[in-house]
Amino acid sequence: MESDPNTQHFLEEAHASKFDFHSVSVKAAGDERLRRAVNNAVVRQDTGRKQILSLMPNPLDLRILAGDIKQHALDHLDFYLDQVRANVERNGGQVHFASTAEEARRMIVEIARSRGLKTCIKSKSMASEEIELAHALEQAGMDVVETDLGEFILQIDKDKPSHIVTPIIHKDLRSIATLFSSYFKTPYNEDPKSLTMQARVYLRDKFRRADLGITGGNFLVADTGQVCVVENEGNARQSVTTPRVLVSLVGIEKIVPREVDLSVMLKLLARSATGQAMTVYTSLFGETRQSGERDGPEEFHLVLLDNGRSEILAGPYRETLRCIRCGACLNACPIYRNIGGHAYGSVYPGPIGALITPLFQGLGNFKDLPQASSLCGACYEACPVRIDIPKHLINLRRDIVTQHLNSATERAIYRVWASGLRSPFIYKCVAMFQKWDLRRRSKKTGWVRKLPFVGAGWTQIRDMPAPAAKTFHQMWANRKSGQ
Amino acid sequence: MQPTAALFITCLTDQFYPRVGVAVTKILEHYGWRVEFPEAQTCCGQPFFNNGFHPEARKLAERMIEIFEPYDYVITPSGSCCAMVREQFHHLFKNDHAWEPRMHKVSSVTHEFVEFLHKVLKLDLSAISLPTKRRTSYHYTCHLRGIGLKDEGVRLLQQIGNVDFVPLERTDQCCGFGGTFAMKYPEISGAIVEDKVKCIEQTKAEALVCNDAGCTMNISGMCHRSGVSTQVVHIAELIAEALGIDCGGW
Repeated sequence: MESDPNTQHFLEEAHASKFDFHSVSVKAAGDERLRRAVNNAVVRQDTGRKQILSLMPNPLDLRILAGDIKQHALDHLDFYLDQVRANVERNGGQVHFASTAEEARRMIVEIARSRGLKTCIKSKSMASEEIELAHALEQAGMDVVETDLGEFILQIDKDKPSHIVTPIIHKDLRSIATLFSSYFKTPYNEDPKSLTMQARVYLRDKFRRADLGITGGNFLVADTGQVCVVENEGNARQSVTTPRVLVSLVGIEKIVPREVDLSVMLKLLARSATGQAMTVYTSLFGETRQSGERDGPEEFHLVLLDNGRSEILAGPYRETLRCIRCGACLNACPIYRNIGGHAYGSVYPGPIGALITPLFQGLGNFKDLPQASSLCGACYEACPVRIDIPKHLINLRRDIVTQHLNSATERAIYRVWASGLRSPFIYKCVAMFQKWDLRRRSKKTGWVRKLPFVGAGWTQIRDMPAPAAKTFHQMWANRKSGQ
Repeated sequence: MQPTAALFITCLTDQFYPRVGVAVTKILEHYGWRVEFPEAQTCCGQPFFNNGFHPEARKLAERMIEIFEPYDYVITPSGSCCAMVREQFHHLFKNDHAWEPRMHKVSSVTHEFVEFLHKVLKLDLSAISLPTKRRTSYHYTCHLRGIGLKDEGVRLLQQIGNVDFVPLERTDQCCGFGGTFAMKYPEISGAIVEDKVKCIEQTKAEALVCNDAGCTMNISGMCHRSGVSTQVVHIAELIAEALGIDCGGW
């Protein structure tokens, strides 16, 4: 089976003990095909988001309200978690609290094992990617099938998602056609419709036989105890209605206080994610099958995942937990557009990933990620819950400096540079030297083609303009003396 | 009394594009303002703030405040330095009751040049004109987001006679400069600026307006490297030209 060699490289790097963002991202930025595929797709989604939001009377007010709703829920999370538990239990479900990924995996495997469940249909869930749930269930001997088409493609290709919402954004039609042809042992065919039908036929059979359904949750409604899942393919609804046992794995930060809050959140989620007014399916569930009903699970388990969230909640980065995983910041980000998702080395790529991956997995292990931003602010402008991503990235950079996670040389350079700038005399001397040096190197062409030391990074890609013959300071001094 | 504004030149404009400072000064003087240039100014501290060196940034911010607090208007040709003063300084002075009022005074009077023309002078440029027709495009620099500017620059540009405006595809996508980011991640920064220059090339514009010195260095440097002849200019240079002002100095 032909697997994308670059994807393989990124995955190997990403799973190496020490993640080296630099080398991975450099390779990704140089991969023309990847860049083109990702760029085209995300720019389309970003344009769709802007268009559909512009049709609303005041999208900014709605985003501010959505941010406030999530922030309120986070600020009172202990209260709402209790409410969720009480209401889920009242509806006939069971609630489990998992403080780590390991604990969550063990709980879910145990639910499956103790009830003798054999076949699992799993819908798309970032939390399940985060804890590598499918792998754990397979290890325990279950037949697990990803039922979202994109995730299904990744599963049979042994690949990983590179985008929160559109996980196969790094793949093109050709690679999917090749994959299907070798997996299903059918003739090569590039028609998207028939490829989809091929997957559909395969998945239908799994849907019929499955005894365990697994979903994530886009929102967890505290006042009703219901899970809300949005999707376009109907596969999540199959997971909710068909199998005997249903497990929903949801991060504790997904809570919204009231059902009516969904009227705000749902207006923004699909618009921000894919530029749709609404997804094709919006499911609210949580009750078990009552006598006389023809579908629904006999057992419902809600697994609430902490896995580092309460630690973030307690610190200065609480606001980052507002994230509703819409992917709008990825689509808007010039860096994501050019390096794709795998380069970030975690399940959460893009600006939000650069922010939460170091928070979840340790700043020391991922200290390159907060640096990999031009701080352009497109992410903050796109975020439907108004997470000030650039601000938090700057604060992580501050943490890197105060915790001495960068080199002593770097710290010394910045300190000397800053103290020089406090003196107008030194500033002028440095400006004079720089002018002399760069103009000398430009050989009277006005452009420098090659610079040493830190400047080498600049001239590796582009030319450096030579400074003007006189600085503005000098011009102003001339003006004054001439008067 | 003649209204007075202080010019905050910013370090990159000072050294690389002093003609922009001359243009800004002469344009303001043309419209009846007196311009002062506090010569003790150096850097607002943005590189230090953005890279996490906050105590260092704070010391430079204190200098900025001391230098500019006597003025009722501070004008700068750079969106990112304006955003630093307006949107970031307050992080550095949080709960410092001695400095907070002084910081607010300075940040509330600091304006980016286009913003000043638009909000304070309420200028209409339709009466002035470039000497000959010029195909001109416009790059939306990222930090205009930070100070709440949208299409003010492009609207002013379109008012100027003989400006044959051609929109830039993905005008609001970052050029990949990002200060030290351009040096730390040359490959990523390079991929982004390559993208930008491809869009510029498609416009076949003779001039591209870009109102931030860092972005101008990046974009023009890439244009020069890849043989794209579009001139990257500040809108002040075009306005000066339309007013018949010489930006070469005094």
